[in-house]
Formats: sequence, structure tokens, C-alpha cells
Amino acid sequence: MRSFMYNLKQGSRQLWRNKGTSLTAILLITSMLVLVGVCFIITTNLNLFTEVVKQDYNEVEVFLLDDVTYDDVVLLMQKVEKQDGVVSVSYRSKKVALDILKERWGNNGYLLDTLGDNPLPQSLVVTVESLDYSAGVAEYCGKLPHTDDVQYYQQTVEVLNTVTNSVQKVALIMMAFFVLISIFLISNTVKLTVMARSEEIQIMKYIGATNWFIRGPFMMEGVLIGIIAAILATLFIGVGYYEFQLVYGKMIMSVVQSALVPNSIMILNSGIIFLAIGVSIGAWGSLVSMKRFLKV
Amino acid sequence: MIDFNHVTKDYDENNALDDVSVHIDDGEFIFIVGPSGAGKSTFIKLILREVSPTKGSIVVNGKTVNELSNREIPEYRRGLGIVFQDCRLLPKKTIYENIAFAMEALHKTPKQIKRQVPLVLSIVGISDKADRYPEELSGGEQQRAAIARALVNVPSILIADEPTGNLDPETANGIMKLLEEINNRVTTVVMVTHAKDIVDKMNKRVIVIDDGRIVSDKKGKYDHVEVMQNA
Repeated sequence: MRSFMYNLKQGSRQLWRNKGTSLTAILLITSMLVLVGVCFIITTNLNLFTEVVKQDYNEVEVFLLDDVTYDDVVLLMQKVEKQDGVVSVSYRSKKVALDILKERWGNNGYLLDTLGDNPLPQSLVVTVESLDYSAGVAEYCGKLPHTDDVQYYQQTVEVLNTVTNSVQKVALIMMAFFVLISIFLISNTVKLTVMARSEEIQIMKYIGATNWFIRGPFMMEGVLIGIIAAILATLFIGVGYYEFQLVYGKMIMSVVQSALVPNSIMILNSGIIFLAIGVSIGAWGSLVSMKRFLKV
Repeated sequence: MIDFNHVTKDYDENNALDDVSVHIDDGEFIFIVGPSGAGKSTFIKLILREVSPTKGSIVVNGKTVNELSNREIPEYRRGLGIVFQDCRLLPKKTIYENIAFAMEALHKTPKQIKRQVPLVLSIVGISDKADRYPEELSGGEQQRAAIARALVNVPSILIADEPTGNLDPETANGIMKLLEEINNRVTTVVMVTHAKDIVDKMNKRVIVIDDGRIVSDKKGKYDHVEVMQNA
């Protein structure tokens, strides 16, 4: 405990002594953490959308050609109902399709009034037991006569999954790149202090101080930089996400029919992630900067 | 006790020490002399384990120095005190803080520090300078402070690398008297020097190193002629 306080005191004093470089490092690391945070927000929200879509949309929509007759429709419905996994089949007219779309567009629904002829196709809405049946049912329906196109949410889920995966990949690559740069930044900042105190370090080595004792204050300096950057980044992300929700939250809600991940959860999680990243790059950065100076 | 057994140290191609064997007993006062580049500093560096020998073994205080792992080096160095020619006091700390720092670095308690620092300051005779900064002290006083720092953790061996190199003869004499006093308190003193007059006056064991070899090892004077012949 005594040595922790000693390190904390020394570390913060060193940080204060080269304020300029420390501040630059802190701000650069903060902005990189914010970028990571944005990726994190996008990924978690996409994951949430995917889950919502999976739960709510166990439907396959079979679009019908305009020349289909009433009898054709009845026949089709009977055939489809016999398929494995099909719970129910219902008919959706062109007018109903338009009403649904209007509702989905919410306040902007009036734009659809100017359409004139209703361009939307009539369709059969097939409810399946679970998403797993949707691909099979869709394939079957697609081969039936009078059908035009089949849409089912398996595809949407797959698209969402692909997007989430690529965002995650980009985020990971960015993270790796960012971690390297941050380590470099921190090690450079700490190196200034290390060089200023190289004589002290040498004397400590001759006296028989252990390497960990010598490293302590410098590690603390790097870790402090990391922690401050993490706190700043959490604030930025928190405020930014809050504002984003205020402005776009409802719109996103109406388009994808899923709420955004709540702010409190987002702040807590990104804060924890930022702190973990900040502390480890801080410690690592200072270790890198000291390596050469401990060889006596 | 310091024991060199057939120690050879090569730096790349250069031969810094060549098959050196020497035995230094507890409580001895030894001068290491010789021309620049003869291997004196390598000798010191080997004792401090700043470098390891290429061949041979070194035993100090019962420990085989060349077999120490990096982890064991700090513990080993605590048994040695070192004084440099340029003192190496930290300019932003007072004399008291400079010496206390050497104890803090070894996790000594504030209580131990408060007891030990004034004691060593009085041994080296600069108790009244405790709250001064190094630049406010004369060269001799600074060197005394450096010796106090070397002594504060009670080493059994004191290594002094040209401690009088920057001092005028009178001040140098004072430092030598102090080192002799410390030696009388059963601390082994190994001193590297160029100063012939000091060596001659002290009449202690003198090891002459030249071109990586020990060319003379006997009590008495700096055998200048012999050194020159071998050079």
C-alpha cells in the first residue's frame, strides 16, 4: 500500500511535469477510444436488431403476380398450408400492403398518398414455426405458379449478420492499429520522464533497487494517461450517444422497429472497455519506454 | 571477500581482462591502479555485475556473481556500496533526501531512515549540510555525501571509482582519511585511482592492471616504472 501511494504520487507528479506531451497523448488516445466506442455502439445495436428481427419475424412473404385470380390464390394457400413448419397462411391485398407501409413510415406516410396507382404487389403472408423453416418454405413457394418473388427474414437476418461481422472485423483491425499507436504515444511521453531521470534510475540500479520498484512510478504515469483518456472517452461517448438517441432514436425505431441499446448500459460497458484498454496500453507503453534504461 | 578465478572478459574483439586471478579478504583496503583502458573499470563492472565474465568465475561475499540471475542482482548489489568520481548526487534533492532516497529505494521504513541518515552524515562529517542542495556544497563535501549514500545501507564492500579525481590534494586527503576510517570499521574498500601520491602515502595493497593483466600485486607504492615497462 505504501509503495502504491509512492508510485501514485511520483507518477502524477511526472505527468504534471510534462503537461504538454501528456495532454497530447491523452487527447489522441481519447479520440481513438471514441472511434472504438463508435464501432462498439454500432455492433451492439446491430446485434440487438438482429435478435429482434429473429424473434418477431417468423414470416415468409410470397409476392403474387398481378394477373392472379381468386381461385388461384385459394389453391396456392391450400398447397402452402400443407408444408412442414407452416402455421398459417393469409392473403394481403395491395391496399393492405400500402396501409402497412404508410404506418411504418409514420409521420412521413402522407408521401405515399401521391403515388396514384398502387405499385405494391398482393401477397401471401406465411407464418412459420421458426426461422429455420423459412428457407425451405420460401424455396417451395418460389416454384409455385403465379408467384413473383419471395421475401423472408432469414435473408434480413443474414444481411444483418454479415454487416455486424464486417463492422466487428473493422473494429478489431482498428483496435489493433490503435493499440499499437497508443503504446507508441505513451511510451514516448513516459520516455521523456525516463530520460530526465535516467541518472536517478542508474543510481537506483547500483544501490540494488529492484526493477519493479524503479518501474513503479513510470508505469503509474502511463496508466494515469490511459485512465484519464478512458474517462474522457466515456464522457464523449455517453453525451454523444445520448444526443444521437434524442435526435434519431425515434426515426430508427420506426424504420427498423427496434429500440436502441439504452444509454446507461452503453456507458457502463464502454467505460469498462475503455478503462481496460487504457490501463493495459498505459502499462505496456511505459514498460516499452523503460526497457533500455534498466540495463545496468 | 572478493575472489576472481582466471577471469577473462572480452568485448567483441577487444580483450579487456585476460586470465585475472585475485583474492581480496574481508576488511582489506585495495588500490586498483593502471593506465586508462587497462581494464580497471572492467574489473569494477565485473564486481558490480554490470557485465559478466567471458571465462572464469567471480565469488563475492560467498555468492558466485557470474551465476546470478537477473532477479538476484538487486539483492546482491545491496551488499556493495559504490562511489563515483562525479558523485552523482541528484541535484533536485537535498543531501538528506539524496541519502534517504537510497534507503527508500530498498523499501526501508521511515523510522529506519530517520535513524540511519543522520548517523552516516555524522560519520562522513557533514551533519550540518543535511538540508543543503548538492550545488551548494564544495567538491569534497559532495563526495562525502556520495560516500554517505554508499554507506547508508551498510554494505560490506565499498567500491570507489576515482573518488578523488576531481578534488584538490588537500580535500583528497580528507576523503582518503574518511575511507581509511570506514575501512577500520571492517568495510572492505576497493578504490580505483590514478593518483600516485595518494597511493604512495596510504601504504596499502596495490594491484596494478595493465593491458588486461595483473602486473603487480603487493603492499606499498604505485610501481610506476613497472607499469610503464609493460605498457
